[in-house]
Amino acid sequence: MKQVSVIISTYTADVSGVCSALYELGGMVVIHDPSGCNSTYNTHDEPRWYEQDSLVFISGLSEIDAIMGNDDKFIEDIIRAARDLSPRFIALVRTPVPWMIGTDFEAMQRILEKETGLPVFYFPTNGMHSYVQGAGMALAEVARRLVDDTSGKEMARDIPGEKRKTVPGKIEEETKKNDKADGAKQRKCPINLLGVTPLDFSMNSTVSSMIAFFENHGHPVISTFAMGSTPKQIARAGEAAVNVVVSSVGLPAAKVLQERFGTPYVVGMPVEPLANKLLADVEKSAQDGNSRIAYNDGISRVSYNINDEDSDNEKDKDKNDKEKRLRMKNPYFEQNGYEEETIHQETPVYFIGEAVTMESLAKSFRKRYGLQTEVICPLEVEEEGILTGIRVESEEEIREILTEAAAVIADPMYQPISPENTPFFSLPHEAFSGRIYRKQIPDLTDIRFLDEWVASNRKNDI
Amino acid sequence: MLEMIHGTKKMPDGDRLLTSEREMIHMKDAAWPVPFRPGLEYNSPAHGTWNIVHTGMLIPGSHQIYVCADNCNRGVVLTAAEMNAVDRFSTIALCEEDVTNGGMEELVIDGVADILHKLKRKPTVVLLFTVCLHHFMGCDLDFIYRSLRERFPGQRFVDCYMDPIMQKDGWTPDQKLRKGMYDCLEKRDKNRKQINIIGNDLELQPDCEMLLMVKAAGYRVKDITTCKDFEEYLSMAESFLNISTYPPAKMGAEHLSRRLEMDHLYLPQTFHYEEIDAQMERLAEYLKIPMEWEEELWNREKTRQVSKEQTGQEQTIWEQTGQELQSGNRWIYRNMTAHKKCEEALEETKKRLGDTPIVLDASAVPRYLGLARFLLEHGFSVIRIYGDSFSPEEEKDYQWLKTHAPELEICATIHANMRVFPRTQRDVLAIGQKAAYFHQTSHFVNMVEGGGLYGYAGICRLAEMMREAFCETKDTKDLIMRKGLGCESCI
Repeated sequence: MKQVSVIISTYTADVSGVCSALYELGGMVVIHDPSGCNSTYNTHDEPRWYEQDSLVFISGLSEIDAIMGNDDKFIEDIIRAARDLSPRFIALVRTPVPWMIGTDFEAMQRILEKETGLPVFYFPTNGMHSYVQGAGMALAEVARRLVDDTSGKEMARDIPGEKRKTVPGKIEEETKKNDKADGAKQRKCPINLLGVTPLDFSMNSTVSSMIAFFENHGHPVISTFAMGSTPKQIARAGEAAVNVVVSSVGLPAAKVLQERFGTPYVVGMPVEPLANKLLADVEKSAQDGNSRIAYNDGISRVSYNINDEDSDNEKDKDKNDKEKRLRMKNPYFEQNGYEEETIHQETPVYFIGEAVTMESLAKSFRKRYGLQTEVICPLEVEEEGILTGIRVESEEEIREILTEAAAVIADPMYQPISPENTPFFSLPHEAFSGRIYRKQIPDLTDIRFLDEWVASNRKNDI
Repeated sequence: MLEMIHGTKKMPDGDRLLTSEREMIHMKDAAWPVPFRPGLEYNSPAHGTWNIVHTGMLIPGSHQIYVCADNCNRGVVLTAAEMNAVDRFSTIALCEEDVTNGGMEELVIDGVADILHKLKRKPTVVLLFTVCLHHFMGCDLDFIYRSLRERFPGQRFVDCYMDPIMQKDGWTPDQKLRKGMYDCLEKRDKNRKQINIIGNDLELQPDCEMLLMVKAAGYRVKDITTCKDFEEYLSMAESFLNISTYPPAKMGAEHLSRRLEMDHLYLPQTFHYEEIDAQMERLAEYLKIPMEWEEELWNREKTRQVSKEQTGQEQTIWEQTGQELQSGNRWIYRNMTAHKKCEEALEETKKRLGDTPIVLDASAVPRYLGLARFLLEHGFSVIRIYGDSFSPEEEKDYQWLKTHAPELEICATIHANMRVFPRTQRDVLAIGQKAAYFHQTSHFVNMVEGGGLYGYAGICRLAEMMREAFCETKDTKDLIMRKGLGCESCI
């Protein structure tokens, strides 16, 4: 059954996703929930909870208040806490019961804005979707409401057909000065990193490595949405020439920033050796204003659904498509040194997880080790092209796909459904196994963390 | 008490103090039974108390299935994973259509069936947890359980609930589980020499007077925390008496006793000598153990325990009696009453701690006002207690503290302002994880839910733990963030 998980974990859900995305921005996040959401969030989804204060609370909704529609208590409690704690904004987060009984959050939002004078956001989550959706909508709202309107400032990019702004922003001024000083060595095209939360990148060196990578290549990072940046830095996100979407969580924000400022985006995580392609795409996008997916070579997405009513035909068709696709000529691959034949193993190495990070890792893996790869994504993917691999919805589907895996690279909590003799590399994902394996999460920007495992499994014909 | 907190029951007359909007007040200003006005709630990173997953796992060979939204599933599945029990745990994720399409019952039945077909090992019991949504949509739970029992006639199912929206009226999910945990017990012939301890998460300390007394008098004691297998768990149905010592277990123990026609005694952990004596007398009277013999029985059982540790051989008290007289093992018993032993232990602790400020919290022991009073009466410098409400069982201690320690600080733990409450490190000794967290101290007694301590022996052990905490440091962050103190922890 699609909704059944016999043994594997559950991904961080939308409610925690909102909290994670807004954690460092100085707001007060209120989950309208009886109990449990805050504990789940701060225990399993929030590594910053112990060391770094953030105003995330639950309302303590009771049965009688839910039945009687006693929203006044909720409103009064929020006003009282806001008075004591002086947040920069208030965020209301919906959970299953308020969703079910149709609590009028929009009305509460208006009342609270009027009463507190603060910006009030409302996130229509219901706990039934993943953090990709929750954090995605939260970062989109940040892009919409917490980023200063830079209209009138000159953009670093040069978008064909668009009128250039007349007044340069600070970063652009610095960029121009530096460009003059360094000559053509560095282009100084400022960027934002979108989709950065501990849920995908944990609390190790990955985020700082990503920032260092871009800055070392002449792309100052204005802000990271939304981890490690101050609200002031976030407010300046509109000054970027290009937005780099490093996880699916960042895509909605990228679209908002594109709409507001015309900023193009490039999807991909800077993991060597894909990072070079990503850099090239960033520079192309800065010049032509078009958005790109760095790891996508135009291979179309394949869906895989074993529960489909027409499963036999569809499945055969899917499998044929997949086999065909595995044999496709890959221009990127050819450019980077491997002969097609050298990677033409019967079955792929499967990566399971969030689309952008896994696609980026898979692409880099393929280039470095000459092995065929495929990404399995159990999370929402709203855009064609973000995922070139397989979108799945259940443990059962994953289990069936893995029967033909050459090897599996995934969170250790997937190991119980991986075939016993198939090589398995544990790549913990905070949004799946929480804090259990946190200490084992590597710096994702350096694919060499897989060297030893690949070498030891070469003999197993992966 | 919970009814009072949430305004569905009036406070007792005689105390007109208003609840405070602040997060910290003095005892003299603390309203009964809720000193702080309810509002938005903060959750501290101290997670050592048990939740329904930990407790449910106590049934040997059981398997838990949760039917809920991903957000709710997330917390429980990772609780199971962190205690290395993910193979005893499954989920059925709810989506929007399930709430509106009228197929919830079928979803649950088919989902559970699917899981049972896929499990490699047949569980002894399936604990099936439904949630707030099922309650609100009027899901036909009777139909679900009836259907499952028909479909899997050899399988035991227990209806369990993760419905925190109900926890402010009536039974909390935790209380319901402590009832459900024993629903598999079926009526059996009574064994007049077997007693149950019901509803605890943590094993009672084996050397407490109560256990020593009943064991010395020839009673066998069954406790789910020590059941080696499912058959032993089922054999709890043979007991004639249930004893509950943990307040949230009381209602479940009463229900079990009514259902299986057992007797029930509620003998909670306490820090009052008189109450300990009264509890022992009550139990002795019930079991018809002559009180004049109690001390001797206690001595003998104590000696037997020591002998068992030394020889590794299990002997009955009566076999031991002759040997103990010959072997001289009686020196272990120092002819000292338990009361005196407590006083000595506390004196030793007091000497060691001096005037070190002590802070304690409600997650450490159920009766935290009683503990504060007890320590103050023994000259310890208790400066602050952490808790959000008071138990009706502690009204006398509340009054005593207001009179004798009016400046004692009481601090909320879930008040929103506690998120930014200054957590400056001070030289304090904390009893409980939350107190340790709010004071950022590495000197703390790491204990939840009373820690299995009981009676005079419990007080002696607590005094010992306080000395240890004073002399040694602990990695506070590492320890208090782990869920379910006493369970395996994989983090």
